[in-house]
Amino acid sequence: MPRLSVVFIRTSLLHLVLGFTLGALILVQKGVGVFPSAWRLLPAHIEVLFFGWTVQLIMGTAYWILPRFPTHPVRGNEAPVRLAYTLLNAGVLAAALGPFLTPSPWTLLAGRLAEVLAIIAFVSNAWPRVKPFGR
Amino acid sequence: MPPVTRWYIRTSLVFLVLSLALGALLAARTPLNLPAATGVLTPIYFHLLFVGFVAQLIFGVVFWLFPKHTKENPRGSERLAWIAYWLLNAGLVLRLIAEPANDVSRRPFWGWLLVVSAAAQLAAGILFAANTWPRVKER
Repeated sequence: MPRLSVVFIRTSLLHLVLGFTLGALILVQKGVGVFPSAWRLLPAHIEVLFFGWTVQLIMGTAYWILPRFPTHPVRGNEAPVRLAYTLLNAGVLAAALGPFLTPSPWTLLAGRLAEVLAIIAFVSNAWPRVKPFGR
Repeated sequence: MPPVTRWYIRTSLVFLVLSLALGALLAARTPLNLPAATGVLTPIYFHLLFVGFVAQLIFGVVFWLFPKHTKENPRGSERLAWIAYWLLNAGLVLRLIAEPANDVSRRPFWGWLLVVSAAAQLAAGILFAANTWPRVKER
C-alpha cells in the first residue's frame, strides 16, 4: 500500500471513531437527556462520517488499488492526491467545526468548497487510471 | 473469504433491504395518509442504511482484503472482528427497537436502552479501527 493511501486510510479511521463518538453522544442525549447541547453536534456527526470516514477511505483505497501505469510514476502524479488530502481534511474540519467557532455561514461554505476542490484534484489523478490492466 | 466477513456482508445486505423497505414506508406516509408518528422512523432509516449497510459492508471487506498483518496472524485478531460484529449489530437492533419506543412512550427504560445501543456501536467502531490500524501500512 503506498504511503499516501496509508495516510488517507488512517485518517479515515480517526474520523470513524470521532464520528461514532459524536453519534453516541447524540443518542445518549436522546435517551436520557444528559447533554442538552448534543444536538448541535449533528451536522459535525454527518460531515465527519460521510466525508471524513467514508469518502476518505474510498479515496485512499482507490489510490492504492486502481490499475497502475506501466512506467513511473506508476500511480500517476502524486501532487494532486496530496492536495486532495489536505483540502478534504481542511474542508471537513471547517464544515464540522465552523458552526462552533463562529456564527458566520462562510466557514461552512469554505469547507464545502475545499471538499469540492479536493474531489476535483483526486479525480484528476484517478480518471486516467480507470482503464484495463496493463495498458 | 473468512467466515466473519461472510457474516458482515450478508448482514449488511439484510440491512440494505430493510432500510430501503423502511424508506419506501416513509415515502408512503403522505400518499397513504399513514399516521404522523411513523416519522419517528426517519433516523432509523438513515442509520440502517449508513451503519447497517455501508459501514458494515466496509468492515467486512476491509477485514478480508486489507494487507496482511503478519504471516502467522494475517488478518489481525479474528476475535476482535467478531466482537465488533456482535456489538455493531446488537447496537443497531437495540436502536431499531428502543428509538421509536422512546419517542412514543418516554419510559426511562427505553432511554437507557438507547444509551446501551450508543455504547455498543461506539465500541464496535473503536474495535474495528484498532484491529485495522496495524494492517494499514506501506509495503
